[in-house]
Amino acid sequence: MADGDRANGGDILVVPVDCANLALLQRLTTDLHATLARTATVASWELSPQFAREAARGQYNSSMILAELFKRRTNPPMRILGVTDVDLFAPVLTYVFGEAQMHGPAAVVSTFRLRPELYGLDPDPEILSRRLLVESVHELGHTAGLTHCHTPGCAMIGSTYAEEIDLKGPRLCERCGEVFGAIWFEQRRDHP
Amino acid sequence: MDHKDYSILIVDDEPIVRDSLGKWFSEEGYLVETACDGGAALDRLAQRNYDLIFLDIKMPGMSGLELQRKIRTINTDATVVIITAFASVDTAVEALKDGAHDYITKPIDPDYLSHLVEKLVRQRALVAENVELKERLVGMTGRGSILGESPAIQKLRDMIATVAPNDTTVMIRGESGTGKELIARAIHAGSPRRYRPIVPINCGGLSETLLESELFGHERGAFTGAQFRRKGHLEMADGGTVFFDEIGNVSAKIQMDLLRVIESREFFRVGGNTPVKSDFRIISATNRDLEAAVASGSFREDLYYRLNVFSISVPPLRERDEDVVLLAQHFLSKYAASMNREFTGFAPEALEALRQHRWPGNVRELENAIERAVVVGTPPTVSAANLPISAPREEGPVDNMSLESVEVAHIRRVLEKCEGNVMRAARTLGIDRVTLYNKIKKFNLPR
Repeated sequence: MADGDRANGGDILVVPVDCANLALLQRLTTDLHATLARTATVASWELSPQFAREAARGQYNSSMILAELFKRRTNPPMRILGVTDVDLFAPVLTYVFGEAQMHGPAAVVSTFRLRPELYGLDPDPEILSRRLLVESVHELGHTAGLTHCHTPGCAMIGSTYAEEIDLKGPRLCERCGEVFGAIWFEQRRDHP
Repeated sequence: MDHKDYSILIVDDEPIVRDSLGKWFSEEGYLVETACDGGAALDRLAQRNYDLIFLDIKMPGMSGLELQRKIRTINTDATVVIITAFASVDTAVEALKDGAHDYITKPIDPDYLSHLVEKLVRQRALVAENVELKERLVGMTGRGSILGESPAIQKLRDMIATVAPNDTTVMIRGESGTGKELIARAIHAGSPRRYRPIVPINCGGLSETLLESELFGHERGAFTGAQFRRKGHLEMADGGTVFFDEIGNVSAKIQMDLLRVIESREFFRVGGNTPVKSDFRIISATNRDLEAAVASGSFREDLYYRLNVFSISVPPLRERDEDVVLLAQHFLSKYAASMNREFTGFAPEALEALRQHRWPGNVRELENAIERAVVVGTPPTVSAANLPISAPREEGPVDNMSLESVEVAHIRRVLEKCEGNVMRAARTLGIDRVTLYNKIKKFNLPR
């Protein structure tokens, strides 16, 4: 980790993991701050996901990327969120939108299946940006120990296809929001 | 539906599969445990039951199929889903034949997995709800619905408990209004047929041709107006119970038809020429003296013996005085709740009137009387004036009445006749006015 990241502080460090669109990441940090009231910054360094590539599947192992992000974290209370353009998979599943360490600091989200053009539609930066925010909040929710929620609109509702993401919002429902805030507070307290 | 209420066991020898699936289900909020082989899975199953078990078919040592068979004997209601690779679909099919619910191939489509598990959880919730509703149904229609503490009713409940589980044909005897259909329903509710229908047929209320059509059904065009084929009550009772009410009133032709059906459980729809089979238990009821009907030739003796295999006599209400108040209180609660009227009980003179009445219409009359009282009365208590009881006590046998009861009933009747005029009533009774006032006060009688 570059010294600058530590100096900037912040609650969430957004790390480009083979992510070409830095403007998208900058916007994500602004949106995360507006949604979760937590400061987010884009890391001054990048992580290449090649070590996690599985040639036979042409995809990248999300669990391996998570482990690498975890290793590179130096500021304990900080969440580290990898954002990548590559297609992610978990070993037993055909694909994942993202993965997070339950009660841990690391999460990763892929934009690959969030892009409308993957489904034969025109590119739409607004839709992509919104889906990325929703999935980022979702995975960060898991890092606070939140499980999938059934409250309509809550970001913690489980999604297995892109249109499902559009049915929920980036915000947490009241119950999930309370848990998220409490966990975050405890971790800040334990690692001042 | 709270996912925390559902437990999942993942059995797979590959740690990466266990971790990956385990994490997926944990994120969904399920309680997840894992086992690396058949032995570890059996150890887990010895500790607790699981709702869903994901089972890898190829494992070292005990195979998935072998483990599945063992699970069937340990955790009988668990839903098993087989995890397999493409190469072993044949084995997965074998597992399905062995009772597995579904199989999934690795790698698993998360969308499919999500919907599969949601479906399985919903199914289990429905099954659990179904079991609960059936238990409630039995509670509502079973022996518990026959109220009363009198020895006669306790004996009746014992008889129902004895005969209900067997498939014996039952004949219920009793006066009109004693609750013969309720007894029939209690017998059905206590039988293994309870989840199939009980079909009541009022044999006394239908003409011969209509009863024939109702019993056996009819084919399209069998008679004018028969535009569609229609199942008869005997066919609808397949797997359940048919209740012949007022069996003593059926015609000679229907008696003959019934005899044939009882012997073969096979019949023809009206206008049909294909035999229809139906498996039903028969419970019949009558308030007639069937033995006399047999003796006079109006009821077939062979049918009588077919129907009268196990006979239950329902006592009239006048022979179980101690149940009158209990039943009255039950009906009061029932109708007060349904009409949203806040009745809490009966005035003392109303209770006395209930005890004194002979109830020729039995429980039905009592229920109707209480329903009417709830309509016309003023909460919180039912007064004697609200009860439509007018039949004189001496109409029935009086051998079990105390002298005081006779005195109270007589004074009440005379007072009613004299429209509350104490002087006239005293003259009629042959006592002086002060004595009558004292008795009115003593017995808490209305004027």
